[in-house]
Amino acid sequence: MATVLGLYNYWIAIFLMMTGFYVVIAHGNLVKKIVGLNIFQVAVFILYISMGKVRGGSAPILAEGVTSYSNPLPHVLILTAIVVGVATTALGLALVIRINEAYGTVEEDDIHSQDEPE
Amino acid sequence: MQLGQHLPILQVVIPLLSAPLCLLLRNGRLAWMFTLAVSWLVLAGAVWLLLQVLAHGTVSYALGTWPAPWGIEYHLDHVSAFVLLIVSGISAVVLPFAGKSVAREIPADRVSLFYTLYLLCLTGLLGIVITGDAFNLFVFLEISALSSYALISQGRDRRALTASYHYLILGTIGATFILIGVGLLYMMTGTLNMQDLAARLPAVTDTRTVRTAFAFLVVGISLKLALFPLHLWLPNAYTYAPSVVTAFLAATATKVGVYVLLRFVFTIFGAAFAFQAMSLGPILLVLALLAIFNASTVAIFQDNLKRMLAYSSVAQIGYMVLGISFASLTGLTAGILHLFNHALMKGALFLALGAVFYQLGTVQLTQLRGLGRRMPWTMAAIVIGGLSLVGVPLTVGFISKWYLILAALESGWWPVAVLVLLGSLLAMVYIGRLVETAYFHAPPEDDREVREAPLSMLLPIWTLILANLYFGIDTSLTVGVARQAAALLLGVSP
Amino acid sequence: MLLSFLAITAIAVVRLRDLFAVVMLFGIFSLLSAAIFVTLDAVDVAFTEAAVGAGISTVLMLATLTLTTRTESPPRHGTLLPLLVVCVTGGALVYGTLDMPRFGDPQAPIHQHVAPRYLQDSPAEIGLPNVVTSVLASYRGYDTLGEVTVIFTAGTGVLMLLGAIRRRTARRDDTGKGGSAMNHNLVLRVVAKILIPFVLLFALYVQFHGDFGPGGGFQAGVIFAAAFILYTLIFGLDAARAVASPGVLRVLSALGVLIFAGVGLAGIFAGGDFLGYGVLASHPVAGQHLGILLIELGVGTTVAAVMITIFYLFSGRTR
Repeated sequence: MATVLGLYNYWIAIFLMMTGFYVVIAHGNLVKKIVGLNIFQVAVFILYISMGKVRGGSAPILAEGVTSYSNPLPHVLILTAIVVGVATTALGLALVIRINEAYGTVEEDDIHSQDEPE
Repeated sequence: MQLGQHLPILQVVIPLLSAPLCLLLRNGRLAWMFTLAVSWLVLAGAVWLLLQVLAHGTVSYALGTWPAPWGIEYHLDHVSAFVLLIVSGISAVVLPFAGKSVAREIPADRVSLFYTLYLLCLTGLLGIVITGDAFNLFVFLEISALSSYALISQGRDRRALTASYHYLILGTIGATFILIGVGLLYMMTGTLNMQDLAARLPAVTDTRTVRTAFAFLVVGISLKLALFPLHLWLPNAYTYAPSVVTAFLAATATKVGVYVLLRFVFTIFGAAFAFQAMSLGPILLVLALLAIFNASTVAIFQDNLKRMLAYSSVAQIGYMVLGISFASLTGLTAGILHLFNHALMKGALFLALGAVFYQLGTVQLTQLRGLGRRMPWTMAAIVIGGLSLVGVPLTVGFISKWYLILAALESGWWPVAVLVLLGSLLAMVYIGRLVETAYFHAPPEDDREVREAPLSMLLPIWTLILANLYFGIDTSLTVGVARQAAALLLGVSP
Repeated sequence: MLLSFLAITAIAVVRLRDLFAVVMLFGIFSLLSAAIFVTLDAVDVAFTEAAVGAGISTVLMLATLTLTTRTESPPRHGTLLPLLVVCVTGGALVYGTLDMPRFGDPQAPIHQHVAPRYLQDSPAEIGLPNVVTSVLASYRGYDTLGEVTVIFTAGTGVLMLLGAIRRRTARRDDTGKGGSAMNHNLVLRVVAKILIPFVLLFALYVQFHGDFGPGGGFQAGVIFAAAFILYTLIFGLDAARAVASPGVLRVLSALGVLIFAGVGLAGIFAGGDFLGYGVLASHPVAGQHLGILLIELGVGTTVAAVMITIFYLFSGRTR
C-alpha cells in the first residue's frame, strides 16, 4: 500500500504521457497530433517536477526561517524543456498551415492519398 | 587570455553567434560567404582540437568556471574529436557547393534565413558532440533538430512539408524519450554530468528504473539515427529536402546520432551493463542486418535517385550499428570508422546528385539516360562514390567492410560476414542500374543542351571523391583514431 | 485530486472531434498542470507553463484552427496497434517506477548530490534568493543560452515557412482594420488601452524581479509579447505592425542572443571562462549579479521579439 501511495503521482503522470502519446500516433489530424505531443511533454514535466518535491519543503526561494527546500535542479531543466516544447509546437503548427495551403486538408489519410498516384 | 584554451567552447559559440548575425544580413550572397567563412574557421578549430586530443588526451572545459557536476562541462575525447572533424569537414566542403545550388533552389528573399538555419544546425551538431552534460546534449539536439525540420521543409516539392512534419513528430517523440531516459537516470544518481553518471551508475544498475532508462534512451536515440524499424522518416526527408540540405544532413546528422548512442551505451552505462545485463548486442545485430537487407532491397526498386540513396543510407547506418553490436575492439573500430567513411561517400554522392539536379532539374533515373557523356565529371564522381558504397578495394567503403568482416569473424559470427558480403552485392545492383542508365543508354530525344556542372560544384564533389580514394589507400589516420576511440569507449588499451 | 482532473481532461482530448474544444481543453490542461506545479513547489515552472502552455501554445493552435478545419475526420485505421504501442511503453515506465525513490522522499539521491550545493552555497557565491534563477542563469547558464537559441531557431524557422512580407503588403487595400472586427467595439478598445500598459509594466517587473521571486527573462518575454498580441487582436495587424515592425523585431530577436553570448565572451576577455560572470565586476558576487541581469535581459528581448513575430506571421496568414 505504501508503494502505491508513494508512486501514485508518477503513475498518473505516466497515464497522462501515454494519453498524449496515443493521440500522436493514433489520430490523423495534424493539429490534434501536435496537441497530443504537447500533452505528452507536459506529462513528462510533471514526472520530473514530482521527482524534485521534498515532503515538508517549500519553493526553492531562500527565505528566513525555512529549513527545507524542494530541489531546484528539476525546475531549471523543465523550464528549458517547456521552452523547447513551445518552439517545436510553433514550428509544427507553421508546417501544418503550409501543408493545409498546399494540400487543402490536414488529415493524414487525405494527404497520403493525394501523394499516392506519384 | 589564451584563445587556445577556450577553443572547445568557441568551437560552438562562434557558429552560434554567427547565426543571429547572419539573420541581420539581408543579402543572400553575403550570407553565403559569411557562412562559408565561419564554417572554414570551425574546421580549423576541429583539426586543432583533434591534434590536441591525440597529443594530450581528453580536453575539458568548465563553463562559467563552475566545476562539474554543478556546472556544465565540455568534454572532448577521441570519439568526440573524430566526429567533430567529420561534421566540420563536411560543412566546409558542402558550403562552396551551396552558393549556386541554394541560389537556384531557394527563393531569393529567404536565402539569408536559410543560411541562418544552417548555422544553427551546425551549432547544434557541434554542441552535441563536445558536451559532457546529458541535459545539455538534449538542448543542442533540439537546436539541430528544429533547424533541420525547417531546412528540410524548404524543398520545392510540397511533399517536403509533409516529410518535415513527420520528421518533426517522430523526432520530438525521440527527443522526449531521451528526456525521459535522462530524467530517470538523474532520479537514481542525482547528476547530469556524463563522467559523473558513469561513476555513479554502477551502484544502481541493478534497479528496474535504470533498465527502463536504458530502454527509453536506446529507443529515443534509434529514432534519431534512423535505425530500422524507426527509420521511416528518413527516405522522405532526404528525398524532398533541398540538395544541399540532403547532402549535409546525410553526411552528418545520423553520424552524430550514432555518436550519441556510443556515448550513452559505452561511456555512461558501460559495455558490461549494456551488452551483458541488457543483451543489447543481439538486438542491435538483428536490427542492423534487417536494416541492411530491407533498405538495400527497397533501394533497388527506386526510380528517384535521391530516394534510392536515402534507403542506401539506412542500410549504411545498419553497417555502423552492426560494428557496434559486436562490442569488440575491432567491431567498434569498424563502426566508428564507417562514420567517417560513409560521410565521405554519401556527402560526395548527394552533392553530385545536387549538381545533376542543378543542370537537369530532376533526379529521376529515366531522365538520366546517357548522362555519362554530357556530364562526365559528375557521373564519374557518382560511379566512384557508388563503387565505394559497394566496397570495391582502393575505396574507403572497402576498408569499412573489411574491418566489419574481420570483427564478425573474430567474434565467431561468420554467417554475419557472409551477410555483409551479400549486402555489398545488393548495393552493386542498384549502383549498377545507375551506371547502366547513365553510360549505356542513349540520351532522351528532347535533349536540351546539358552542360557539365560549374566548377564551384565540381571541386567540392571531387574533393570528397579524392578523399574517398586517399583514405581508402592510406588508412593510418582514420583507422588509428577510430581504434583509439574504440579503445577508450571500451576501457581497454588500443 | 488535481491529477484526476488532468486525467479527465486528457481523456476528453482523445475522444472529442471538435478541435476547437480540444484546444480549449488543452488550455485547461495546461493551467491545471501549472496549479500542480505550484503544489509541487515549482513556482517558476508554474508561471512559465501557464504563460507558455495556456498562453502562447493555445493561441497558436487557435490561429492554426482558423486557417484549417474545425472538426477532425473519423479515424480510418484500427486503433489496435497504437493502443498496443502505448500500453507497452506505459507498462515499461510503470515497471521502471517500482525501484524509484518514493515521492517526496528527502533521502532520494537527487537531494543528496549536486543540489545541496546550490541551496547552501549560492547565497555566498551568487547572492540571489531565487535559487532557480541562480542555477538557470549562472551554474547552468549555458543551457539557458541553448534555450534562447532554440527560441531563435523556431522564430527563424517560422519566418522562413510563413514569412512573405513583400507579398502581403500588396494586399493592404482594406480599410486598415487588419481583418479585426473588434476595433468597433468601444468597450474592448477602452479596456485594452487601459490593460496593455499594465501588462507591459508587469512584464518589466517580472523581468527584473526574477532574482527575488518567480520570474525572469522567459516569463517576462512571454508576458511582454502577450501585451502585443492583445493589441493585435483588438486593433488589427496593421496597427500592431506600425508599433512594432517586423524589421525591428528581426533585429531584436538577433540582438538578445548576441547580448547573451556577448556577455559570455566578455567573461573570456576579462580573463575568466565563457559565461564566468565573476570577473565582470570588482567583486565576484557583484559580477554574478551583473552577468545575470544582462543575460536575462538578452533572454527577455529575444523571447518577446520571437513570440510577437510568430504571432504576426500566423495571423498575417488569415488574410
